[in-house]
Amino acid sequence: MDFGSLAPATRLRRAALALAISSALALPGLAAAQTTLRIGMTAGDIPLTHGQPDQGYEGNRFSGIPIYDSLVQWDLSQGDAPSGLVPGLATEWQVDAEDHTKWRFTLREGVEFHDGTPVNADAIVWNVDKVLNSEAPQYAPGQIGNTLSRMPTLRSAHKIDDYTVELVTSEPDAFLPFNLTNLFIASPSAWQGFYDATPSSADAATRSQQAWTEFAAHAVGSGPFKLERLVPRQQLTLAKNPDYWNPDRVPKVDRVVLLPLPEANARTAALLSGQVDWIEAPAPDAIPQIESRGFKIYSNTQPHLWPWQFSFVEGSPWNDKRVRQAANLCLNRADLKEYLGGYMVEATGIFEPGSPWRGEPEFQISYDPDRAREMMEEAGFGPDNPVKVKIQTSASGSGQMQPLPMNEFIQESLRACYIDTELDVTEWNTLFTNWRLGARDPAAQGANGINVSAATMDPYFAMIRFATEAAFPPASTNWGYFSTPEVEELAREARNAFEPAALDEAAAKLHAAIVDETPFLFVAHDVGPRAISPKVHGVVQPQSWFIDLATMSMED
Amino acid sequence: MGGYVVRRLLLTIPIMLGVALVCFMLVHLSPGDPLVSVLPPDASQALREQMISLYGFDQPYVVQFFKWLFNALQGNLGTSIATGRPVIDEVLVAAVNSLRLAVLATLLGFCFGSLFGFVAGYFQNSWIDKLASMLSIFGVSVPHYWLGMVLVIIFASQLYWLPATGGGPTGSDGWQWDWDHLQYMILPAITLSVIPTGIISRTVRAVVAETLAQEFIVGLRARGLGEAAVFRHVVKNAAPTALAVMGLQLGYLMGGSILVETVFSWPGTGLLLNTAIFQRDMPLLQGSIWVLALFFVSLNLCVDIFQALLDPRIERS
Repeated sequence: MDFGSLAPATRLRRAALALAISSALALPGLAAAQTTLRIGMTAGDIPLTHGQPDQGYEGNRFSGIPIYDSLVQWDLSQGDAPSGLVPGLATEWQVDAEDHTKWRFTLREGVEFHDGTPVNADAIVWNVDKVLNSEAPQYAPGQIGNTLSRMPTLRSAHKIDDYTVELVTSEPDAFLPFNLTNLFIASPSAWQGFYDATPSSADAATRSQQAWTEFAAHAVGSGPFKLERLVPRQQLTLAKNPDYWNPDRVPKVDRVVLLPLPEANARTAALLSGQVDWIEAPAPDAIPQIESRGFKIYSNTQPHLWPWQFSFVEGSPWNDKRVRQAANLCLNRADLKEYLGGYMVEATGIFEPGSPWRGEPEFQISYDPDRAREMMEEAGFGPDNPVKVKIQTSASGSGQMQPLPMNEFIQESLRACYIDTELDVTEWNTLFTNWRLGARDPAAQGANGINVSAATMDPYFAMIRFATEAAFPPASTNWGYFSTPEVEELAREARNAFEPAALDEAAAKLHAAIVDETPFLFVAHDVGPRAISPKVHGVVQPQSWFIDLATMSMED
Repeated sequence: MGGYVVRRLLLTIPIMLGVALVCFMLVHLSPGDPLVSVLPPDASQALREQMISLYGFDQPYVVQFFKWLFNALQGNLGTSIATGRPVIDEVLVAAVNSLRLAVLATLLGFCFGSLFGFVAGYFQNSWIDKLASMLSIFGVSVPHYWLGMVLVIIFASQLYWLPATGGGPTGSDGWQWDWDHLQYMILPAITLSVIPTGIISRTVRAVVAETLAQEFIVGLRARGLGEAAVFRHVVKNAAPTALAVMGLQLGYLMGGSILVETVFSWPGTGLLLNTAIFQRDMPLLQGSIWVLALFFVSLNLCVDIFQALLDPRIERS
């Protein structure tokens, strides 16, 4: 058709029609190009989005790391070795040579929050003050629990210049960089905008709380994803941040939708029905069905320990090292693993071979019931004279894997080595309240062991809080009051090892000493299984509690 | 009448206060750590004690109660410990979602319950009666959560006809009465409707049977009325009872079903309470229970007033 022969109005109409048709044809193409990754979390609620997530490490995984940056970050780019630290908002850091309680962090220049304001020293100091300075307007009591528990020695922050900050700790602490992965940096200007919008008639604390509530609904960080929409308790939608400063972590998917699905069967149904592309922690008995429908199961060793933590208070049978080591030799972990469908790693310490912090323990943990029985007999026990132990545990709980069947398996295993176990099952929250109170507290109800699984991300959380006098309750979670002069000295050395290689060496020595002293029944490490649609590509499951959503892509 | 309404309104004041006290006591006497949602397991006892002081949980219960009551009477139910959001906002959103589901479930229950009840009552002791009775007994007896899971397996996981979970394509936010949203309601509403279906069906069957045995039915037939016309008279006589039972069921379902809402992740009051219980979120738990209790108190008040309007003898008594 010759458009030139038509009247102008007709030409215009036809051109408009052609444009409409081409747009209509093009739009589905555009829509199809928009990829959305939908994830069913185990959390019962959307993890808090204001920068200090709740819901355990699942919160850091899904509403912390995607929306925010921290000064130091976990390397989530590979799954072959345990995750280490990599620069985040800070490009480098070092402790003051004269005063080991002072650290200097050099900030990455040119990084902006999602609202376009710069991430600079003022922003870092402001974010430290939000949890440590009760005089600061942005002080947020609701955030300190999840933050300070993971940064036990940080005390303050000071600006040196626009891109240098000094962090001060209460004592020399080489683990500070690990702790700082938990401090997510929120935009001060965005918060200030919400604060200014609150009624000025209210008191400062109320205004601050209201500003944080608003901020959580419209969170502004500097991470690879921006908060697009939060429907409280139902959905969190994150949108790609195409301007993210790290080109390797500019998201490949356009959106991520996160749904809280705490009930394992509901998660499985959502996956099988195509409502989500990914679920966390599928129920073990549903895994064959999930796999048969073409979904992939990803898992890897997590920095996690599922132990019995022994009591060393007067009268505890675990005060005898032979009994502690016999219990460790008597447990058939391979059978336990099979019993769990293969979804655990056999624990022979807090860290396994391959970890830089493993060291070379003299006491090698393996399944050797004959040796275990010999040791028990040396300790004065036998088939007619078994040692009686009482272990507190829970029926469920985050990180507890399958506590009842696992504990019953152990109970049966240890019976063969003259260890008669009484299980005291309590509710999960009550159990970890008891854990904080310690074995001497009446809450222990005479138990001489407690089964609380733990995150073991760094030397402090993996070892020092279980093995030093300074961590006796109520200061921290050395529930059983375990301490030896050698372990104390090695812990002090590790805390003062400020060079990475020296830190690895000191941590390894500390670990070897702890395994040799055996304050735990080392049972299992979790492997964090997740089921993911085959449409999702580039999934790297690191040896970590976390996973990087930014590097994954999706088929249309 | 005015005096009766005023007296009845005044009576609700001590009821509201009593309910508030019971809510407070129930929530605080139950075991658990109120800070569990804001304190990870890694937290030390020392930090926990600092937080308890910051949140005011170290104050005497009497002080905590009156502070809460003072604020609650001004419409401020406090803020959720876990989320920092105002409790009243959380409860209202959840209540609207539960109401939406309850209305649909009640309508389904009313339609199917009435149908089964009328048919069973009209054809007493026939195979239709036995079938309808069997269905109603199944409705009353079947565990909700089990039925919900079975429906999900069939219609979501296997047939892909309906979504398995959630309150809408983008949550319950921006709800519209279109297919995109309604499809999320179908399975939970059916699951929730089985009990009202069973109860209404049993009730209606009994009323229909009783009506059919009355003399006026014989009279109607003697005057030569066809069965369809007789049936219409039976329906008219049985309808008030069916409606009364339906009203009761609506009130019951409005409280939300923790099990059904959890199985389907339906964002109503049941799921909210479930989350609040697991997070030991005391202000949220206390506020939600109180608001729901007030809803029932208000419902009873309305019913009493309407009954008095319809039957003046009630007012006099």
